Amino acid sequence: MNSRSVEILVGVFMALFLLAMAILVLKVSNLASFSGNTGYSLYASFENIGGLKARAPVTASGVKVGQVSRIEYDPQTFQANVTLTIKDEFREFPEDTTASIYTAGLLGEQYIGLEPGAEEIFLEPEDEISLTQSALVLERLIGQVLLNR
Amino acid sequence: MTNWFQRFGAAWITVFERLGRAHLFMLQMLLALPGTFRRFGLIVKQLFATGVMTLAIILVAGLFVGMVLALQGYNTLVGFGAEESLGALVALTLVRELGPVVTGLLFAGRAGSAMTAEIGLMKATEQLSGLEMMAVDPFQRVFSPRMIAGFIALPALAAMFSAVGVLGGHLVGVELLGVDAGAYWSQMQSAVGFEHDVLNGLIKSVVFGFVVCWIAIFEGADCIPTSEGVSSATTRTVVYSSLAVLGLDFLLTALMF
Amino acid sequence: MNTITENGSTLVRIKDLHFQRGPKRIFRGLNANIPRGQITTIMGPSGTGKTTLLKLIGGQIKPSQGSIEVDGLNVASLGRSDLFALRKRMGMLFQSGALLTDLTVFDNVAFPLREHTKLPESLVRHLVLMRLHAVGLRGAKNLFPAELSGGMARRVALARALVLDPMMIMYDEPFTGQDPISMGMLLELIKTVNNALQLTSIIVSHDIQEAMSISDYVIIVSDGVVVEAGSPAQLKGSTSEWVQQFLNGLADGPVPFQLAAPDYADELFNSAGDA
Repeated sequence: MNSRSVEILVGVFMALFLLAMAILVLKVSNLASFSGNTGYSLYASFENIGGLKARAPVTASGVKVGQVSRIEYDPQTFQANVTLTIKDEFREFPEDTTASIYTAGLLGEQYIGLEPGAEEIFLEPEDEISLTQSALVLERLIGQVLLNR
Repeated sequence: MTNWFQRFGAAWITVFERLGRAHLFMLQMLLALPGTFRRFGLIVKQLFATGVMTLAIILVAGLFVGMVLALQGYNTLVGFGAEESLGALVALTLVRELGPVVTGLLFAGRAGSAMTAEIGLMKATEQLSGLEMMAVDPFQRVFSPRMIAGFIALPALAAMFSAVGVLGGHLVGVELLGVDAGAYWSQMQSAVGFEHDVLNGLIKSVVFGFVVCWIAIFEGADCIPTSEGVSSATTRTVVYSSLAVLGLDFLLTALMF
Repeated sequence: MNTITENGSTLVRIKDLHFQRGPKRIFRGLNANIPRGQITTIMGPSGTGKTTLLKLIGGQIKPSQGSIEVDGLNVASLGRSDLFALRKRMGMLFQSGALLTDLTVFDNVAFPLREHTKLPESLVRHLVLMRLHAVGLRGAKNLFPAELSGGMARRVALARALVLDPMMIMYDEPFTGQDPISMGMLLELIKTVNNALQLTSIIVSHDIQEAMSISDYVIIVSDGVVVEAGSPAQLKGSTSEWVQQFLNGLADGPVPFQLAAPDYADELFNSAGDA
């Protein structure tokens, strides 16, 4: 094996390494789809977030428009403050947009769905979404059904 | 009884002696690194011997491991109606665990044993003494280039293993078993974090690369320079480095996840 | 005891050398002077540590006691860079040749030049071809060590040892396992090289006749000390029975054929089972 072909094959090897890393970064992990800073923040408060976690997707009409970047508990209002990071290309959500926590499938992971309202005034970055709907907690739902009978 | 105790003690002393020598050896290898980086051609040559020569087995193994994971995962997940999460399961298993670990084990068997045998034979044929007498440091010329090459090759191979495994999972899960392709990839993307999973997996494989090469090179340089000595050193390399990979994997997993 | 022959100056001076490997004492108070510019042969029965002595001279191992001076420098006390500088002036020819198996003959001979000098490649080529021509193997320059016979490998190794123009060359058992033709070639080479390049040659060997035929000075080592030293003619006339037994290869003499053991009859008939 002469040194030229050794070098070429090592070059191919390193190129494959980069290709594999690209697949891992772009296709497998969520680094490319969202890397934190490329968006603006909106806030929303929920009475109960159920099993919502940071990095959960934020969708509008089922399309992913951002992700949950932080979840905090506010001891004054007894509510959970959720920070949503929305991609810059999705501006102009009406002021009366509703943020609801949904579950993907029966046991699937939870996400936030945004339903735009009809207002002409749009939400600005750092605004708070005032209309929110908490997560459906299965036990509470069952309890309500039993009590209402 | 005292005899037995004496042998027991002597065995421990030998173990610690070897450990001490191994650490001094590593130190010398690290000290030789600056000189080695000036010999870039040697590193390329070793990358060929360790990386390129191990590539085929890694790609085939990765593909099959991914396919098996998809099959097994699907059968389990479908019981919960959660077969959409197949992508997440396959990718997390590969990136966090199987990628680095299986690559580490295969690397120990394929490249590590070859490294030990080669260095052992160099010792047996007086090539190492010859280098020293030519005023060439065998650490710079022989050992450290192999160390660096292993350091680069193992993470590279582990990344390829995981990538090919995910594709293999797609092949079985999506093409064969009918999981929705969109769900397969999007569930994967939302479950796998870059820092938490991909980067930690990469760190694991770097550690494994370091340890496997250290053991392989040390066993080669420390072997008894006869054909018997070289063959038992090669066996020791495979056994010790496999155990080290598995043990360290537990330790690193406990620390990382 | 060490009568220095003709031109007087000493290149390697070994004083009261002790060396121990594990429980085995290999040298115990060895004294010897190796004259400059001549061919010196160190002989002795197998297992007396002749190869070890070469390694001690080359600084690969350190004596437990005593000193070795090469060209006025105490080898054991040298720092790493000084030791490497000294080694560049020493060539060593290993029994197997110790050629690097992943390089061609040409690259093997060029190796020390490329490692230690910044000579342009055209000059390296000239120097390498000159050395290969001197050992008669210019035609083998593109072969790999695995394709060479044992004698050829040793000649290439000699070319490699010579390429940095050393002041001395050490030969470790250069004649073992050689057919008569390549043995003759090696003898001739060692002799011409030594005279043409004004080297000092140290040969470790137990091929007595061959080594004696080209040596100016012979040192016989046994049991960790020098038994006798002198020119080949002086040794042949030695009155020591041991030296005569060694030089003439007699089976029995001061070194008995039987290793020390309990009485034969006694062991055969009386102490059954304790072996």
